[in-house]
Amino acid sequence: MKLNVKIMPKNGVLDPQGKAIENSLSQLGFKNFSEIRQGKIIEIDIDADKDQAINIADEMCKKLLVNLIIEDYEIIFDREK
Amino acid sequence: MKASIIVFPGSNCDRDIAVSIKKLTDLEPIMVWHKETSIPDSDLIVIPGGFTFGDYLRCGSIAANSPIMNDVIKKATDGLPTLGICNGFQILTESGLLPGTLIKNDCLSFLCKTVSIRVENNETNFSKKYKQNEVINIPIAHNEGNFFANEDTLKKIKDSNQIIFKYCNQNGEVNNETNPNGSIENIAGITNEQGNVLGMMPHPERATCEITKLSDGENLFKSISEFLL
Repeated sequence: MKLNVKIMPKNGVLDPQGKAIENSLSQLGFKNFSEIRQGKIIEIDIDADKDQAINIADEMCKKLLVNLIIEDYEIIFDREK
Repeated sequence: MKASIIVFPGSNCDRDIAVSIKKLTDLEPIMVWHKETSIPDSDLIVIPGGFTFGDYLRCGSIAANSPIMNDVIKKATDGLPTLGICNGFQILTESGLLPGTLIKNDCLSFLCKTVSIRVENNETNFSKKYKQNEVINIPIAHNEGNFFANEDTLKKIKDSNQIIFKYCNQNGEVNNETNPNGSIENIAGITNEQGNVLGMMPHPERATCEITKLSDGENLFKSISEFLL
């Protein structure tokens, strides 16, 4: 079962990388955009049925993949795979 | 008496710590590889700086889950003095031994320079040889030293006097201009609530020998030594 874990900085937590990207895009002449935030996506293939796989991925997030002080996460089930 | 220095792949301040400990304390430094599952009888644990596991995922997150960390967490929770410097501080927050976390410097660059820090609490076993509010000069070298904690956590840290060091200038002034990395309230080092675990971004072991022309880190090691005697 292929899953994606999408990890984003929590609202209110400084995201210096997002800010740097925002500044660079402005310098390139892009306008009318705002609030760029950079996160990450982790792909995982778990040998289990969908519900089990989501539970396992959730445990992985809590134990290692995500720092809940500064990050939020979402487990995305990829139907096409 | 012994000090266990935990060595991970990518630790690079372990030997400097051992030199400082030998020079300034009565402890015998021993290196403990991260794959070990128990720490030999020790009076102090040190988690040194470096770039453990290449800083992958989040700084310190993979090291915090190394086999040795179960015993580090157990012994530190039981009250064994534990010191984490730089990446060691990040490992201590990732392992839950210290509150808050360390995120990217707000200036977006790696900082490698000597900074002034002010001793906010000299009543800990790590800081008793300093004077209250003393300004000391210690090098920093980090990309993720920006201390962050949510409001509730920050209140608890402050209420229990857990802030030990704050970034300042030579005059001891603590403000935005004297904050190198964006840390909340200029925090450079904190303890746990019990006061036996200290995490700090500045490197006291780099301010203990004549070559560096810095000696302000010596009193940190002398504080530990005095407490343990």
